[in-house]
Amino acid sequence: MKFVLAFLLAFFVANGAVFAQESGPDALVKKITDDVLTVVRQDKDIQNGNTKKAIELVEAKVLPHFNFQHMTALAMGREWAKTSPEQKKRLSEEFRTLLVRTYSNSLTAYKNQTVNYKPTKAGAEEVDVLVRTEIIQPGNKPVQLDYALEKVGDAWKVYDVVVAGISLVTNYRDTFTQEVRANGVDGLILMLVNKNKQLETGKK
Amino acid sequence: MKAPFMKMHIVKRVLPLFVAAIVSGCATTANNPKDPYEGFNRAMFAVNEGLDVVIKPVAEVYDAGPLPVKAGVGNFFGNIFDVWTALNNLAQGKGEQGFSDIGRVLINTTIGIGGTFDVASEMGLEKHAEDFGQTMAVWGVGDGPYFYWPIIGPRTTRDTLGWGVDTYLDPVWRVSDVPVRNTMVGVRFVDMRASLLASDKVVEEAAFDKYNYIRDAYLQHRRSEVFDGKPPRGSVD
Repeated sequence: MKFVLAFLLAFFVANGAVFAQESGPDALVKKITDDVLTVVRQDKDIQNGNTKKAIELVEAKVLPHFNFQHMTALAMGREWAKTSPEQKKRLSEEFRTLLVRTYSNSLTAYKNQTVNYKPTKAGAEEVDVLVRTEIIQPGNKPVQLDYALEKVGDAWKVYDVVVAGISLVTNYRDTFTQEVRANGVDGLILMLVNKNKQLETGKK
Repeated sequence: MKAPFMKMHIVKRVLPLFVAAIVSGCATTANNPKDPYEGFNRAMFAVNEGLDVVIKPVAEVYDAGPLPVKAGVGNFFGNIFDVWTALNNLAQGKGEQGFSDIGRVLINTTIGIGGTFDVASEMGLEKHAEDFGQTMAVWGVGDGPYFYWPIIGPRTTRDTLGWGVDTYLDPVWRVSDVPVRNTMVGVRFVDMRASLLASDKVVEEAAFDKYNYIRDAYLQHRRSEVFDGKPPRGSVD
């Protein structure tokens, strides 16, 4: 009986939190996730590894909520300060293409997972928040999936995605730094361009 | 009288060679100070990529099997490891998690029929990921140089030692009937490999250099595990 009461209480508290934070960063993450998974659950092509279709979905539903300039700055670390506005633009565009593909590939791996949203404590004045979720899959340890969001004007934008403690963005830091030191910022742009071309032509 | 001049002469001739050696050394091996044995590691990485040509198809066949079977296998071995997880949590001074893990084992071994069902998770007892490498990290042992080993893959020096202790005390390796033991170790390995299949394509396409990508991801992942999924933020930027 106690168990049931505790369960009901937890349920109402959790729901109350969602209602109170309707426009908050956690509500946004939940909305994006729900929107995307609703499509993936019904789309056999995406489940069978059709990256092109997954990319279309990500471009429509996810892309508008990501801040790619910030992501690129994070991936480049100190080297970012040494780039011209034109280079920043090129870098962000190319890195966006690569990240969208990475994100889309992980969607094609979707099977029977469910998403568990962890409570986010964010005061009204916060402008930088980490939203924690958990991917539950039968027989495996839950995989932590966190989104770092910042407030840009009135909107919340994602600037980092962290899977099992691995930032999909900063995981490139050493590679990018090394390339900039060896071949300059233009060398890095070229490296990204070539990578994206190779992935584009190599796909089934 | 001649000696100082001679020395100068030697310095002038030898110094540039030294500098050249150091600079080229930096360019080829010291890409990452955490990975001083990159040459060895890359060789072992190639060995594992070769082994995976055989292992991956086996994992794919297994993965095509019915979900309840796979989940049962994963839960069964997970339940055995939960005993060790509990002890590690206690050794790290995390009593609440440790006792929660003991509760998990008691519930899953009985109600969960020998651990094949993870009833405890459904009851709200969260599954934790702990091992002796993490315990040593909490005790203050640093990472040490990074290694890539055959079969077991990436480990820092500390985590290599931790893996040794984990494996030495592992009840599965202590099953006295050798064929049964080998079957269990084999099935567990295939189940583990199968759980990584989903990320294969993601890594393959995301990485400029697969070896680097896996190394950097492993180091980030372990750091996060040591901090129980909440590493201090702000190290980036």
